Amino acid sequence: MSDHGHAAPTGFWRKYIFSVDHKVIGIQYLITSFLFLLVGFSMMLLMRYQLAWPQPGADFDPENLGLVRGFIAWLFGETNMPYGYMDPTFYNQLGAMHGTIMIFLGVVPLGVAAFGNFVLPLQIGAEDMAFPRLNMASYWVYFVGSVVMMSSFLAPGGAAQSGWTSYAPLSVVAPPGQTIWLIAMVLIITSSLLGSINFIVTTLNMRAKGMTLGRLPVFCWVQLVTAVLLLLAFPVLEAGAVLQLLDRVAGTSFYIPKDMIYGDSVFPRAGGGSPLLWQHLFWFLAHPEVYVLLLPAMGIVTEIIATNTRKPIFGYKELVGSFVLIGALSFVVWAHHMFVSGMRTSIANLFVTTTMTISVPSVAVLSCLLLSLRGAQIRFNTPMLFALAFLPMFGIGGLTGLPLGYAPTDLYLHDTYYVIGHFHYVVAPGSLVALLGGTYYWFPKMFGRKMNEGLGKLHFTGTLIGMNLVFFPMFFQGMWGMQRRLADPTLQWHNLPVQGWSTVILAGALITAVAQIPFIFNFFWSIWSGEKAGENPWQATTLEWACPSPPPHGNFVTPPVVHRGPYEYSVPGRKADYWPQSDAA
Amino acid sequence: MNEEPGFAMGIPPVAVSYGAQLDSLMTLLHVVMVAIFVIWGVYLAYCLWAYRARPGGRAVYHTAGERASFIPDALVLAFEVWLILAFGIPIWANLKQEVPPVGESLQIRLVAQQFAWNFQYAGPDGTFGRRDVALISASNAIGLDDKDPAAKDDVLSINNLHVPVGKPFTLLMTSKDVIHDFQVTNFRNKQDIVPGMTTTLWFEPNVIGKYEIGCAQLCGLGHTQMVGNVFVEEPADYEAWMKTQLELKLGTADASRVLEDARSQASAPGRAERTES
Repeated sequence: MSDHGHAAPTGFWRKYIFSVDHKVIGIQYLITSFLFLLVGFSMMLLMRYQLAWPQPGADFDPENLGLVRGFIAWLFGETNMPYGYMDPTFYNQLGAMHGTIMIFLGVVPLGVAAFGNFVLPLQIGAEDMAFPRLNMASYWVYFVGSVVMMSSFLAPGGAAQSGWTSYAPLSVVAPPGQTIWLIAMVLIITSSLLGSINFIVTTLNMRAKGMTLGRLPVFCWVQLVTAVLLLLAFPVLEAGAVLQLLDRVAGTSFYIPKDMIYGDSVFPRAGGGSPLLWQHLFWFLAHPEVYVLLLPAMGIVTEIIATNTRKPIFGYKELVGSFVLIGALSFVVWAHHMFVSGMRTSIANLFVTTTMTISVPSVAVLSCLLLSLRGAQIRFNTPMLFALAFLPMFGIGGLTGLPLGYAPTDLYLHDTYYVIGHFHYVVAPGSLVALLGGTYYWFPKMFGRKMNEGLGKLHFTGTLIGMNLVFFPMFFQGMWGMQRRLADPTLQWHNLPVQGWSTVILAGALITAVAQIPFIFNFFWSIWSGEKAGENPWQATTLEWACPSPPPHGNFVTPPVVHRGPYEYSVPGRKADYWPQSDAA
Repeated sequence: MNEEPGFAMGIPPVAVSYGAQLDSLMTLLHVVMVAIFVIWGVYLAYCLWAYRARPGGRAVYHTAGERASFIPDALVLAFEVWLILAFGIPIWANLKQEVPPVGESLQIRLVAQQFAWNFQYAGPDGTFGRRDVALISASNAIGLDDKDPAAKDDVLSINNLHVPVGKPFTLLMTSKDVIHDFQVTNFRNKQDIVPGMTTTLWFEPNVIGKYEIGCAQLCGLGHTQMVGNVFVEEPADYEAWMKTQLELKLGTADASRVLEDARSQASAPGRAERTES
């Protein structure tokens, strides 16, 4: 351990840009993924503006559009936003790209690559990842993939527009933006695979002396499970994406059925392909992917709760067991996205059962985290507020999954706004809120200074109120039957009774947007001017708090030795209410 | 309809035989979900207040009850197993795995396309005319073969589906181009329509009225505008509509003859059902 695999870099490029240091790569991922979250969110703001007022009213005057509408019309031009009203093609592009960006360029890189890279080696007491160069390659392949992804907006006909799910055959006959989407996905998936191998090897082989698996912090466990999910599920989508690419550019017909009509005649390449094959390949990744979005968030919440309740986490083994079980079961639930797809109907009962089963370990996780609060001394700092908010928010997301995973009620709710509300509660007020909490929690370790608490609480309040105003009304719209992916729901009269909620959603989105301003300011201001943090500003027990803030190249001044479990808080008979893992006595 | 943008909560009125049962399940699930959420929420709020940090306070190191924490897991599991066995499997079998027998239900073909719904009625002879993709053109949307005698009395209706109240009907659905999805909110059931295969959907509408068909699967730039209507009518009104359609297609004299032939055939003994899917 003492002789570090590579020497400390000295030049600017080697140190900050093409770095092989896990901490620099983690921060690179952090900043890049936050940028993409902002991009994806901005697209959604534009879509919500469209959905709030999809059509010109009686007072519409093409000569005088008003300040906001006029500016939007000017910015996006005649093709995309004529008179400030969104063209359906542009709506479909933004819809597909919002999903793609938020998931593959935003939340996954943030939860897995940013926090995993920065925190995991520190928590296990390693001096770096097992394969530092692979780690750097992973970031740069992701970076190139995301640039390629964004470039698709410049393609003739615009970006991908067949939904983030890219269902064939619509995606196969879509404009060239879809080809670019596929190439970018292959790159992004490759990046994830490089990262996941690294995480698995690092966790299994690079642990400090005494860091047995039973003493591993929960965050490391979830990263390990997540990495296995990525490693096993992503290659399936990668293969699926390559097949779709071949359908588009090489004249194959994996997904194009016989006699498919395009325009007024039979599509020239229509063979004996199966549109459902794509859905199976896609969801075989995309359901485990949900847990890739969620598990790191749950790990972060566990760490923050343990630290700020000042007591051992409730049911460490039950928690870890639940995470492993969730990971395993996530591979056998994918077809619950396909109850009405036309797949063999008798298979649905199997997937209803597996889906209901996976809710049990999720309930166990929530129970353990809630019970951890009992008998605690709760400190309400900013990271803790985010972690606590995760519990009811994920609760709503998880519970609303019940009528969707249960086939008889899914028949009605499938493809409605209820689904949108459900998975956003899991990913946005759920995962993303936890990831924001993680940012406040580990910021002092990354930059040696704490973020401002007052601004943090402002950010927290605005984000939570805004997000709930956005996502809760979607349950009302979905229950009334409003379908997702409609550029103008008012063209269908059955949607009108719930159209009013779209103005509430826009208001919520604007509140969420404004609430991010104190966060962005706080982040950069605190890097240089925040309150100085020592090694262990939260008085926590895990190993990342036993090295300097920020940690030097190689992380630990002396190689740490682990003597006890990760959450030894308020141990009877000891004066201090925390007992770090690396303290000899 | 003259709906105004509003802030409705709840679910639209039900107009299908199995809808009431599905709606009670929907209600049951939501009652249980809200109950679980409230229990969690109250417990969370209590903990946040009762266990807030106090100066000089110290947390409890050991917390008993690891075994007891499995009780909620077990309750949830038992509830879900009951849901699956008592309702899930039988309802699914009734709605999706079986369709009403051909003789008892009206068979209607649906050929979906970007961005329209083409309904094909077999007409008085009860037999669908042959379709051939080679015949598809701007004037023949579904490629119906006019040379097929069975096609003569077939009635085509674009975006408007007429059905009699109180009688099951089965949609035999396929798509010309990309995937679509037939959704009528008041009917509580939906199904993707996939090119290259036939999927089915059956309903027994029980409330007379006009209901909107929407496409629930993203199908391209006109996805939003891919709408239609279901007219659930008194059987006599439905028959009258069918007669008008036949007269429009064949002329009054031929239409009467076709209807007469069908009536005499139906009363003839030993008539075999002829349908194709």
